[in-house]
Amino acid sequence: MASGSTTPIAATARAEASLLPGLIKDAGLFALVTLGLCVPIVSYRTDLGQGIGLVITSRWGTVFALCAAIFVLRLVQQLYLTGRARRRAARAPVVEGASRLAAILAPITLVVALTLPLLASLLTGSLGEGRYWIDLGILILTYVMLGWGLNIVVGLAGLLDLGYVAFYAVGAYSYALLSTVFGLSFWICLPLAGLFAAAFGVLLGFPVLRLRGDYLAIVTLAFGEIIRLVLINWTDFSGGAAGISSIPRVSFFGLPFTAGENGFAATFGLSFNAMHRLVFLYYLILVLALVTNLVTLRMRRLPLGRAWEALREDEIACRSLGIDTTITKLTAFALGAMFAGFAGSFFAVRQAFVSPESFNFLESAIILAIVVLGGMGSQIGVAIAAIVMIGGPELLRNLGFLKAVFGEGFDPNEYRLLLFGLAMVAMMVFRPRGLISERTPSVTIAERGR
Amino acid sequence: MTLATGINRLATVQDEPPAAIPGGPADPVLIVDHLTMRFGGLTAVNDLSFKVGRGDITALIGPNGAGKTTVFNCITGFYKPSEGMIRLVQKGGETYLLERLPGHDVNRLARVARTFQNIRLFPRMTVLENLLVAMHKPLMRASGFSILGILGLPAYRSAEKAGIEKAAAWLDRIGLTARADDAAGDLPYGDQRRLEIARAMCTDPVLLCLDEPAAGLNPRESSELNTLLRLIRDEYDTSVLLIEHDMSVVMQISDRIVVLDYGTKIADGTPDDIRTDTRVIAAYLGVDDEEVAAVEAEVGLTGTQA
Amino acid sequence: MEFFAQQFINGLTLGSIYGLIAIGYTMVFGIIGMVNFAHGDVFMVSAFIALIAFLILTTWLGLSSVALVFLIVLVIAMALTALWGWAIERVAYRPLRGSFRLAPLISAIGVSIFLSNFVQVVQGARNKPVPPLVRDVVVLYQNEQYTVTLSYKQAIIMITTAVLLAGFWYLVQKTPFGRAQRAVEQDRRMAALLGINVDRTISLTFVLGAALAAVAGTLYLLYYGVVSFSDGFVPGVKAFTAAVLGGIGSLPGAVIGGIIIGLIETFWSAYFSIEYKDVAAFLILIVVLIFKPSGILGRPEVEKV
Repeated sequence: MASGSTTPIAATARAEASLLPGLIKDAGLFALVTLGLCVPIVSYRTDLGQGIGLVITSRWGTVFALCAAIFVLRLVQQLYLTGRARRRAARAPVVEGASRLAAILAPITLVVALTLPLLASLLTGSLGEGRYWIDLGILILTYVMLGWGLNIVVGLAGLLDLGYVAFYAVGAYSYALLSTVFGLSFWICLPLAGLFAAAFGVLLGFPVLRLRGDYLAIVTLAFGEIIRLVLINWTDFSGGAAGISSIPRVSFFGLPFTAGENGFAATFGLSFNAMHRLVFLYYLILVLALVTNLVTLRMRRLPLGRAWEALREDEIACRSLGIDTTITKLTAFALGAMFAGFAGSFFAVRQAFVSPESFNFLESAIILAIVVLGGMGSQIGVAIAAIVMIGGPELLRNLGFLKAVFGEGFDPNEYRLLLFGLAMVAMMVFRPRGLISERTPSVTIAERGR
Repeated sequence: MTLATGINRLATVQDEPPAAIPGGPADPVLIVDHLTMRFGGLTAVNDLSFKVGRGDITALIGPNGAGKTTVFNCITGFYKPSEGMIRLVQKGGETYLLERLPGHDVNRLARVARTFQNIRLFPRMTVLENLLVAMHKPLMRASGFSILGILGLPAYRSAEKAGIEKAAAWLDRIGLTARADDAAGDLPYGDQRRLEIARAMCTDPVLLCLDEPAAGLNPRESSELNTLLRLIRDEYDTSVLLIEHDMSVVMQISDRIVVLDYGTKIADGTPDDIRTDTRVIAAYLGVDDEEVAAVEAEVGLTGTQA
Repeated sequence: MEFFAQQFINGLTLGSIYGLIAIGYTMVFGIIGMVNFAHGDVFMVSAFIALIAFLILTTWLGLSSVALVFLIVLVIAMALTALWGWAIERVAYRPLRGSFRLAPLISAIGVSIFLSNFVQVVQGARNKPVPPLVRDVVVLYQNEQYTVTLSYKQAIIMITTAVLLAGFWYLVQKTPFGRAQRAVEQDRRMAALLGINVDRTISLTFVLGAALAAVAGTLYLLYYGVVSFSDGFVPGVKAFTAAVLGGIGSLPGAVIGGIIIGLIETFWSAYFSIEYKDVAAFLILIVVLIFKPSGILGRPEVEKV
């Protein structure tokens, strides 16, 4: 205010200069708090020694490095924020960048996904060499599908489901049990698994869906844990903690992937390659994921899908418009569960082994994190989030220079969940509507003349 | 609060128990019969009876805290009344007991639509989508409860097209065609009010309940609202029940007015009846010139209630 | 009967710990209406802080007085955990006020995942045992078949809980902070207009909740003698169940709920099946939320239209 006579730019520059000590103090405070938080949990590490009890090692170096890192991060963040505030004042913000990026990324991602086995074998020399990439692709696509399935529940209908993995488990155990006990083929079990999971969704959803949002979240969490605990303890039914092994492998619609005469390779006149099955699995999950996506996109344009979104926005208004909120929520829940069931039976047929430990709360949390980071409702956002969050740590593991920096024992996978947690918080604080927050209208007025 | 207390004292001075259902309109669409609503120890609505005539605009007025919104919530299925009956009579004669219907069926079956005091749009959905959500029931049926719709059958596509046509006609009527594809939450306040009314109308109601539709509108918007409400009354088979504080709206467009004070009905009649009803004058609209000063002194207030 | 009495003592001990954690849930829910999902992990962090403080005091500094060690560990754990509680609120929850409905819960889930994996990274995934601090037991009753005992550990846990609850009760009922807290709970904006520092009151609520969780963490370590990075989840959910059962938002409700959950869990394990004891807790949570979400002492919620 004292700079009435100087030019605005000089004034802001001066204001920024006078801000700097404040910013440094603020960052210093952050570092100080970090120091407090690190004592003693980071500064002293406890390990089981040779004899009895724990041995303590002090690690003050790590603590100071952390504090310094926080100091710098906070300072940079604050400088960026003040800078951005000034830029905002100068001109209108460009909002459309993210959605335009999404429009470019979507077809590229699709093309890469469709040709991945080819790309992998071309880039690595042979199909066998490309195995790692196809495996990774299957893993990522499984999460993309689960993310898209959960997106129906969380992103569209606005119901926070923390027990989504339970339906994944229902699907996986459906196939595992139906195939090992009754000898049913995968192609019969796949739809059955989806139906069972959807039925479970209805069964659970019916009593709990009238609960308010956060209670619903906790109840679904409890339900998920109950399913897991029952799977662990009801040994006669589920094989207990040891799980179910030697689940039959997938066939090419009846043709087994074996070297024999009636095998897939022989029938199509190809030379046998163990990779055929993997490639087939890859395309299977790709198709399943794309079906999930397609159904979601279609549903958004249907009255039911619109009612889901309306429910997310305002439940009371929905009721005043004659929408049965319980049934509407139930359909979202059941449809989401059904896709988890499909994904579950895929998981079982790929692993040929299921055990309760694959279906713990953390798995639900990872899928939820993918949906949240993807922007809760954005399909391409969820896909990108799954690629980044599942594929990212895998790729980092192979980067040699990280080992050079952080030491030989460095494994990015250790930090994966830690980063997931941080990313979820950061997302809620900085971009609560997700990375891709632009919502595409399900219908526009221009379509009137169609 | 002090004003209301004063008014109530004045009202009870010359009180006589209101007749249960004093005649009222000949062909009622809504009959509220001995409605009582208690919250714990508080009686928000006490033995209230009134009728809404078919094809009428009926206003429900009364000082703040008179229980108007509670009456609305009982009619539209959000509260279950402690006592009493709320009957909705459709043109063919089918009667629905609203207090027995689950919340959403009040709209779905009995075809009572409402708006809210604090606007409840779907803010992130577009204006057009807001209107389409209101056509949930017919579109849902046309989509074969989503099964036919997901297969993309033409039956649904033509139903959707008809829905969009209907929405477009409403957008035209409320002057929002240009903003059809914008998020409803981005509209100015007055537009949001009109959109909420249009959305309620898209459910084809026989009774439209409006909770303070003119609140926060400027005089121009307020007069546009009058036009819209008259249009709804004259061109649709929709009767209107509204809560309103803006007397310019109430007196100009109402065919009938029901006055509530402390959860009890103190008057019921045409605007002219209400204008001359001594109890209402005393309780609500103001009192004779020479008494004004006395009353204001008594309640310790010099401003008038908005 | 003797078996029952013994189980009752065990259940009461466990219930004290759940009750202490449940207060953190119930206070935070009361004041800002969010389920602080990370509270169970704050409890776990506090147990680690207590573990390390204990090891430093006994092995490096060679302290041998049990009472002194226990008190110092308790104070250190409470202070440092309170700092965690404060920092979490400041970084992960405060910026979200006014954001959409589920944002705080999602953020809290993020914090929960972060905390458990942070501890896993810095302290390793193995279980951390400590030598038992006190072993003595008091025999309360004895006949040919059964002995009913109250271990010193159990006595310490119950006494500490009772003393701290009394102090805490005084704090929220009789002090200006308590008044401010109740005011903010009822109407945040009005409280602010009347000159109450809302941010500070909310911060203090988190600090207090975390400090009580630290008491629970220290007692948990004392009782079980072992802790691991994943120990926050299940006690957290059980304590939340306790808070809901007692009536979320009600402080006495949290303690009562905690004790009930502790007793149910103990009796369930003793008489039915130990494998399904967690299932019991989860089932109670679901049943209470569906049939009586206002719990034993809570106020029913009226839907605002």
